[in-house]
Amino acid sequence: MRTRAFVMAIVATLAAAACGSSGGSTASSAGSTPANPCAKSNLTLVTPGQLTIGTDNPAFDPYFQGPTGHEWTGQFNHDPYNDQGFEDATAYAVAQQLGFSKDQVNWVAVPFNNSYKPGPKNFDFYLAQVSYSSKRAQGADLSDSYYDVQQAVVALQGKPISSVTTVAGLKPYRFGTQIGTTSYDLINSVIQPSQSTQVYDTSNAALQALKNGQIDGLVTDFPTAYYMANVQLSNGTVVGILPGAGSGPKEHFSLVLQKGSALTQCVNGALSALRADGTLAQIQDRWLNQAAHAPELQ
Amino acid sequence: MATALISTVVVFTAIGLAIVTAPGWPAVHEAFLNGKVFRASFPDIARAFKLNVKIFLVAEAVILVFALGIAMLRSLPGPVFFPIRAIAIIYTDVFRGIPTILVVTLLALGVPSLGLSGVPISAVFWATVGLILIYSAYVAEVYRAGIESVHPSQEAAARSLGLSRWQTLRYVIVPQAVRRVIPPLLNDFIGLQKDTALVAFAGPVEALRQAGIDEAANFNFTPYVCTAVLFLVLTIPLTRTTDWLIARDRRKRAASGVT
Repeated sequence: MRTRAFVMAIVATLAAAACGSSGGSTASSAGSTPANPCAKSNLTLVTPGQLTIGTDNPAFDPYFQGPTGHEWTGQFNHDPYNDQGFEDATAYAVAQQLGFSKDQVNWVAVPFNNSYKPGPKNFDFYLAQVSYSSKRAQGADLSDSYYDVQQAVVALQGKPISSVTTVAGLKPYRFGTQIGTTSYDLINSVIQPSQSTQVYDTSNAALQALKNGQIDGLVTDFPTAYYMANVQLSNGTVVGILPGAGSGPKEHFSLVLQKGSALTQCVNGALSALRADGTLAQIQDRWLNQAAHAPELQ
Repeated sequence: MATALISTVVVFTAIGLAIVTAPGWPAVHEAFLNGKVFRASFPDIARAFKLNVKIFLVAEAVILVFALGIAMLRSLPGPVFFPIRAIAIIYTDVFRGIPTILVVTLLALGVPSLGLSGVPISAVFWATVGLILIYSAYVAEVYRAGIESVHPSQEAAARSLGLSRWQTLRYVIVPQAVRRVIPPLLNDFIGLQKDTALVAFAGPVEALRQAGIDEAANFNFTPYVCTAVLFLVLTIPLTRTTDWLIARDRRKRAASGVT
């Protein structure tokens, strides 16, 4: 397999050199340039010839949409093979950019903390609303942004917190979030609430705590917040969007790859091409409700 | 003594070498035994660990009393007390049969959703109640074993002195029973100390949850090792005491010739 890929790479290089020489000026550089490491045949993949993408199970709205299927079953779950929803469509767009057709994409269900545990991985890249941080980048390769994300506060209509318009006004309330999220850091660094923050295993448990009144506000990324307030809760509301922590770069979602993976520069290349030709913006327009907006908390 | 020492050194060196020379060791060392992450997360986790200790102390005090009550109810003789015995039996069967994590999660997220006024909605409160219910079922059985280990002649003698059934249980049987079951009681409390980590699943940030937060922030699993160390510091004194008590008990009985 490897030999054949090598031979093909040589053939490709020679062909390029041949074309180049007839074309003129670019000939000299083509001969010395090594084969494109991001060419489909040169990628080191979990399953050769197939792109294996990992995501969490359940795969939630609005990042994954459409019917359930494969391993992704149960309420509020969606089959990633649907190619529907923001992250689902982004993943397929990256795959296509790398040269994979739709039927060459396989999905595996990977719990979040398995995406960065040491040792061999069962996916080529993983995406499930993972926010970038420099600390995290020490444990796994994190791609460039595919979505610049803001965090928002979800609450129940009619509760005192729902009429708050400033960050300072949020201080006296009790907040909750899902474990493993940057939302937790944001609660502690930006809101600095006077009551201890609650942290749940799943977003459903956090929603239940919100309904129970065990927490006043739930902090999560804005698309999820909008979905929770308008679909999952019958009387929910997005109180507002939180400003980021400090003046640092904006928070963004990254694809997760094996630490030191050769594929990282290739997905970064694919993402930058998709951004440049407007594909990422189109996907965002289509799957993240652009009409959805909420006040910014000052 | 020397043989024990040599064999211990050989065994541990072999195990150590097998781990350190494993192909994945550098990655495991980096992800699970990272000194930098350990030092950074230790203060947070130690602070969160106070909640575990608090829950443990409150739960233990309640369990000691509550479980003894259950055991005594279950030990009441005679057909009149059958309904009470039945309730005690159902209680111990049910709460020994359900995984602790389910009871904790269901109570802490479920009871507050009833919306009853006057009933606390605190997740810590209901998670602690869950631990008390589970461990009382175990401890009640330990007490009962102790009560049944007291020879029936003791009860007959007490009754012949004119003590009522209740008085016999209270002044003759239970004091002897409790002394006998102290080692297994402590065993259950070691379990309880560890299971305070299950409160995490109801939302409160105790040591395990703080470790999970630090894990996700660093993409590194060292905070769990940090939490494990803290739990060991708490449980080892109790496990050693328990073993010492058991050994002392055995010596005493061997000396007096009583079995």
